Amino acid sequence: MGLNVSDLTIARGGIKVLEGISFALEPGCAIVLRGPNGIGKTTLLRTVAGLQPPVSGRVEAAPESLVYAGHSDGIKATLSVAENLEFWAQVFGNSDIYVAIEAFQLDRLTTRPAGGLSAGQKRRLGLARLLVTGRPVWVLDEPTVSLDAEAVAMFAEAVRRHLRGGGSALIATHIDLGLPEAEVLEVGPYRAKPAEADDFDEAFL
Amino acid sequence: MIALLIRDLRLAIRAGGGFGLGLAFFLIVVTLVPFAVGPQSDLLARIAAGILWLGALLSCLLSLDRILALDWEDGSLDLLATAPLPMEAIVSIKALAHWLTTGLPLVLAAPVFGLLLSLPEAGYKPLIISLLLGTPALSVIGTFGAALTVGLKRGGLLLSLLVLPLYVPILIFGAEMARRGVDGLDYTTPLLMLAGITCGTIALLPFASAAVLKVNLR
Repeated sequence: MGLNVSDLTIARGGIKVLEGISFALEPGCAIVLRGPNGIGKTTLLRTVAGLQPPVSGRVEAAPESLVYAGHSDGIKATLSVAENLEFWAQVFGNSDIYVAIEAFQLDRLTTRPAGGLSAGQKRRLGLARLLVTGRPVWVLDEPTVSLDAEAVAMFAEAVRRHLRGGGSALIATHIDLGLPEAEVLEVGPYRAKPAEADDFDEAFL
Repeated sequence: MIALLIRDLRLAIRAGGGFGLGLAFFLIVVTLVPFAVGPQSDLLARIAAGILWLGALLSCLLSLDRILALDWEDGSLDLLATAPLPMEAIVSIKALAHWLTTGLPLVLAAPVFGLLLSLPEAGYKPLIISLLLGTPALSVIGTFGAALTVGLKRGGLLLSLLVLPLYVPILIFGAEMARRGVDGLDYTTPLLMLAGITCGTIALLPFASAAVLKVNLR
């Protein structure tokens, strides 16, 4: 089983942003979330990843099947590239980091402290972390920020390989990833209606 | 879990990790005291135990905001929260790493600093035992404070204000134990109280820290 989201309503800072979202993510499939800034894509992904509770609705996924990658990569500047990856591999109970290093062409950077990497290289390292976790469902928030065209292709290839291996991915992005097989979910229509003040007191709060 | 501990220790000793900072601060506090109160060694001997405990407490405070804030800033806290480690384990490991890099060096350095304050000979054993028993609680309570203030801009001062009152019982019993040792009295009661406080905080606070952290990550 992949990921099943049913009738989900989510809030950011106490204000509902999206409501009534339902979708199912099957193994081997990818869904690309699209929508304007501030619509709630990040909030949706954080809710799916379990970092915040939904207002209503349900997120169903096999236990310990999700891995989340947000705006920041969680890279420690004073650890080397290999040490960063090894740490995440150990946390997720794996040991092999070479597949990930190869997939994102980090092999010449392994001993470099991560603080000395460029923004694009850091992002590649952040994405390589997904591979060492060995989890089937990727939940990615703007994964291609600061990547060049070549690195975007590298990422698309990694996603494609992941899908072929029975994994799945939920990706919020603004650019064309070069993944024609991915289903596009426009979240704009699910924008929450402004809350009506049904309580007299509430109008003054 | 071991991986997280090793990573935290490694980060602490690498450049900018802050290892030794607390120790240096402790040293400076201890050397400043004779300048402030004058060089009468009988007066110093009387206040040495209290000064050493206060210094240990303050230098422990110095590094508290690093426990979680750095992981929050670079996003690793979000990623750790979605990793297969329970949040309680994460905060416990963080507290342990903090103790190993801050509390333990203080305990080991305390005899040397006691010498600087002409601590009477009878005071060394109870001082070291009291620090060894008390400093883990300082780290655990500090981690709770760090979890409360994580994500706040410049939360360091607020963290100190929140945590210092919670340190009061540990300071009372820790310093009392060292002082009784100096005076040659029996120090079993403060020892038991201190041990009880430490065991209680280690057993209970990680759950509170984890719950608070989950709310703060939303």
